[in-house]
Amino acid sequence: MSLNKIFRNTLLVISASILLSACAVKTTGKLQGDVYTGKDTVEYLASGVPDRVFFATNETVLTTASRETLRKQASWLRKNSKINVVLEGHADERGTREYNLALGERRANAAKDYLMTYGISGNRISVISYGKERPVDSGSNPLAWSKNRRSVTVKAN
Amino acid sequence: MKKVIFFIYVSLFILNWGKAWSLIEVDITRGNLNPLPLAVSPLSVDQKSKEKFKDLLKLDDIGAEISKVVENNLRQSGLFNPLDPKAFLQKPDIAHVKPRFEDWALIKAQALITGEVKIVDEKLRVEFRLWDVLAGKEIMALAFTTVSENWRRVGHIITDKVYQRLTGEKGYFDTRIIYVAEEGLKTSRIKKLAIMDQDGFNTKYLTLGNELVLTPRFNPTNQMVTYLSYFKNLPRVYLLDIETGIQEVVGDFPGMTFAPRFSPDGKKIIMSFAKDGNSDIYTMDLESREVEKITNHPSIDTSPSYSPDGKYICFNSDRSGYQQIYVMRSDGSKVKRISFGNGLYGTPVWSPRGDLIAFTKLHKGKFYIGVMRTDGTGERLLTENYYQEAPSWSPNGRVLIFYRETKSDSAGKGFSAKLWSIDLTGYNERMVKTETDASDPSWSSLLTD
Repeated sequence: MSLNKIFRNTLLVISASILLSACAVKTTGKLQGDVYTGKDTVEYLASGVPDRVFFATNETVLTTASRETLRKQASWLRKNSKINVVLEGHADERGTREYNLALGERRANAAKDYLMTYGISGNRISVISYGKERPVDSGSNPLAWSKNRRSVTVKAN
Repeated sequence: MKKVIFFIYVSLFILNWGKAWSLIEVDITRGNLNPLPLAVSPLSVDQKSKEKFKDLLKLDDIGAEISKVVENNLRQSGLFNPLDPKAFLQKPDIAHVKPRFEDWALIKAQALITGEVKIVDEKLRVEFRLWDVLAGKEIMALAFTTVSENWRRVGHIITDKVYQRLTGEKGYFDTRIIYVAEEGLKTSRIKKLAIMDQDGFNTKYLTLGNELVLTPRFNPTNQMVTYLSYFKNLPRVYLLDIETGIQEVVGDFPGMTFAPRFSPDGKKIIMSFAKDGNSDIYTMDLESREVEKITNHPSIDTSPSYSPDGKYICFNSDRSGYQQIYVMRSDGSKVKRISFGNGLYGTPVWSPRGDLIAFTKLHKGKFYIGVMRTDGTGERLLTENYYQEAPSWSPNGRVLIFYRETKSDSAGKGFSAKLWSIDLTGYNERMVKTETDASDPSWSSLLTD
């Protein structure tokens, strides 16, 4: 991870937390702000280890809930040292195709970086972006889009 | 794909067209609310040739069929109003030799196209004339020979010549569109590369749909295409020769290469390369395979497109926090943001005329296709919709083709993706006919100049 990237991510986390503290985040049903918090599409890598994390519109910052999910994934990966994973980054349909490919790549790498800070070797993690090409929910509404803005950890072997 | 044998020779038997003064002139710089009424007389065919074409092409009347191609092209352009052939008083063969201008003026035709097709040495020979009905004289005449399988292209070439004579600008009819043909559920969409004539005919599928393919783009100098393929689940930029069907990977770096386009001379590919969460813009020389890094910034830099002189590149970056359009010199220096309106901007594409950049804009939940000058001034939004993106210019820089998607429910019901075109004037918006759902169109150069 390059220095300016660490700087950028830190900056994003700081600015995000400022934003979060500045305005009370609305929680409506399965959304906090516009980040999906429900369980509808979530699958499990092992008991209690969700396979995916969700993002806000146009964002690649990991939420508190996402970090908790990734810590569970990291500890599962530590216990199962022979398992490698692919992180699949996705975007919602409300963006141009090429930018969304880049955005999906950035999201999956945000998840990868976090797993690596918990001791998982980068060699065990590969990353692929599908941009907006593989939604889980076909709906054209904010809830469907929030489910589609995701990084999914998939067993590679 | 089988190599298409195409040869053509053009003989001008009247040399004064292009210079000849005439009354008819079509202004294509404004939205045309009064398209020019004109008559496309069916090309005449002698009985012997007619039988021969029937054998060869299974067409009852090749003359009428070619005229239909011309008529349809002219109508789609929005600049012309081809009149109903049922109203024509004069027989095609006589009209071609000596039109009775009073008859054509009576049905309000201002211009008249006549012609003749026949078999000469097993080839299709066509000659046609363009007449100024009000001035009562011929303003263009042209003849050429080709293989008979190319009969639709004959119609496109005639249209290009007529368009050029009447508007003063090159046409865009003898061209093809490469696009992504789509089928199946939104959540597991099957995508294939497809190519068709500009008017939606002669569709051919170039990949089988086994892997995801996106964003095909023509080389402006030949029939090569660059695109993104997920072959073996590795998203990489590929090169495809549509004449031979040979494909090769060009952006095989450890990461993802995407958003490819050719340089105007066709010798380089410019693309994005994403690694470790950062996308930058690179070029690759196709001959030497030399790779050059053009941008170096921790933000997303993508969707690069060269100016037609090759000196500048416009691209999409979120270095300001959100997607905006930037212009830089082709060596990556002098980066300057040019989009400052409300909303997000993506997919900048430099016009082949050099003066404008087309883009996609997202503002308040709506998507727009628009154009701005290359310094960012003079923004003009041409069309608004629920979702649309990815404009591609016609080779004469007068028309944009893009794709549009409709809303759907959670089961995917209601979803469709279609190609649309619109004039630079913002008028003449039309759905472009495709066999399947379609996206990511790219317009070829003129096949014959």
